[in-house]
Amino acid sequence: MDVSLKIVIVDESPVRAAILEDGLREAGFIQVVHLDATANLLARIYSIDPDVILIDLENPSRDVLEQMFQVSRAVRRPIAMFVDQSDAGSIQASVDAGVSAYIVDGLKKERIKHILDLCISRFNAFSRLQAELDQTKTALEERKVIDRAKGILMNAKKLPEDAAYALLRRTAMNENRKIAEVAQSVITAAELLK
Amino acid sequence: MSNSDARLRIGFIPLCDATALFVAVDKGFTAAEGLDVELVREVSWSNVRDKLNIGLFDAAHLIAPVAIASSLGLGHVKVPIIGPFGLGVNGNAITVSPSLYAAIAAAADGNITDPMVSARALARVVANRKAKGEEPLTFGMTFPFSTHNYHLRFWMAASGVDPDEDVRLVVLPPPYMVESLANKHVDAFCVGAPWNSVAVDLGIGFILHFASEILAHAAEKLLAVRRRWADENPEVLARLVRAHRRAAQFVEDHANLDEVAALLAAPNRIGVAPEIIKRTLDGRMKVAPDGTVRIDRSYLLVGRDGAARPDPVQAVWLYAQMVRWGQAPLSPEFLAETKAVFRPDLYDAALPGDVQCRCKKPADGIGAFAGPAFDADDVAAHLAAWKIKR
Repeated sequence: MDVSLKIVIVDESPVRAAILEDGLREAGFIQVVHLDATANLLARIYSIDPDVILIDLENPSRDVLEQMFQVSRAVRRPIAMFVDQSDAGSIQASVDAGVSAYIVDGLKKERIKHILDLCISRFNAFSRLQAELDQTKTALEERKVIDRAKGILMNAKKLPEDAAYALLRRTAMNENRKIAEVAQSVITAAELLK
Repeated sequence: MSNSDARLRIGFIPLCDATALFVAVDKGFTAAEGLDVELVREVSWSNVRDKLNIGLFDAAHLIAPVAIASSLGLGHVKVPIIGPFGLGVNGNAITVSPSLYAAIAAAADGNITDPMVSARALARVVANRKAKGEEPLTFGMTFPFSTHNYHLRFWMAASGVDPDEDVRLVVLPPPYMVESLANKHVDAFCVGAPWNSVAVDLGIGFILHFASEILAHAAEKLLAVRRRWADENPEVLARLVRAHRRAAQFVEDHANLDEVAALLAAPNRIGVAPEIIKRTLDGRMKVAPDGTVRIDRSYLLVGRDGAARPDPVQAVWLYAQMVRWGQAPLSPEFLAETKAVFRPDLYDAALPGDVQCRCKKPADGIGAFAGPAFDADDVAAHLAAWKIKR
């Protein structure tokens, strides 16, 4: 494996950066540095002098990296965006996943292709995790709302718990709404009637 | 394409020069043309460019030099981009820190609202710093291929300040400009509205110049599409241009100023106080923390003075700057490609009879504060006029 390559990850999400860093290390890339803050980004990158820079697309500092294409006094080694004119698919896949790669000019594309593929799969895995986490959070919130509404109904209508829940569910089905929405209405109404 | 609804994804960066796009969508002018538009907010010009290039966006609010660079294949993959509608002319400003403002004012031999006077003063400040062995001044701008980059360079080089040797020019995303000026990472920046006003309101910056003082008429943003997409969807494109023309007219009607400012202030659009947006559209700019106002009706042109109709002369001026600063070679092929990015013919086709004759454009179409008149057929003459170039 290509242990000599020095890779910088620019990502404000510590979790995603860690997932990516792990993947790169597992694949044998040992020289991986994560930069989170964006102040003085260019100077910090130059002091590391990487061969490959990976940046998430939600990061406005991507435009800062574009400056490295320019041959000027400020730029030590020209950097190019990893684009392969013949391979539109890999650009599409990386933009879809939300990551972009910059490489030192002259670095062979074959040496980076593997890294980019790994990035894409790790970024996609992170998105799936994030979606699952959001779903779990929502489910937990809904559960709390339903529990509160159940309590209100049990008190107001002197119902046992299962009957209170059945009432919420039946109303939701009749009105073609989610149980959590009906429960929220019950809570709102109870607050108004306080 | 039939008259049925066409679905379009359009990318933008939250800036005041996306006004016509926001108004076209939010006031229902695109819907009235049978266009179902989804606006997508982006964080970098690189993202806007890439997503437009690979077809994730059908159209985009795009900084004009990026459209040219993409069409010429400079720095990245070559995808021909065209602009059938101009979203804004002018609108940038150069803002400097209070200490740099004081230094320029002290070194000035006249009124520093004159860019030649301020540029000469800057040259003295730069020379003084060099003599004392101090760090060079740092100027922020938004992108290597940006009007901001070229406006700064054009201005300072006019008095002999070499933008690559005597100062540092660094790319900064617009939302980071103000913070970078506040914590002294940069001494000055050139950016579009609303960021200059935000710095002035915070008391950390002085607007030294409007871009309109450096160039009277400078194309800023385009409504950009892939040339291939335009070829395949001429009818949809014409509808998009018509909706934008209606929006631009709406914006320029002073009676609508409050409504437009409120609309742009929304968090999913630009997300700053309506007051700041009103100043920008009205050209009544607060330029100093003490409340000094400078009025320039051409601070940002959306639908006035021929601003909406793309002018290939503007494209050539931008290309000439790319050549001057070593970003592009001078060649007849590149010149022809550049001219073909700005498409007044598509504008005219969509809007037959649109009245453009009242425009107050400068004679050469540019109106630069320094140098000879610009001749779009003689880029070499423009370059020959300057000592400082790459």
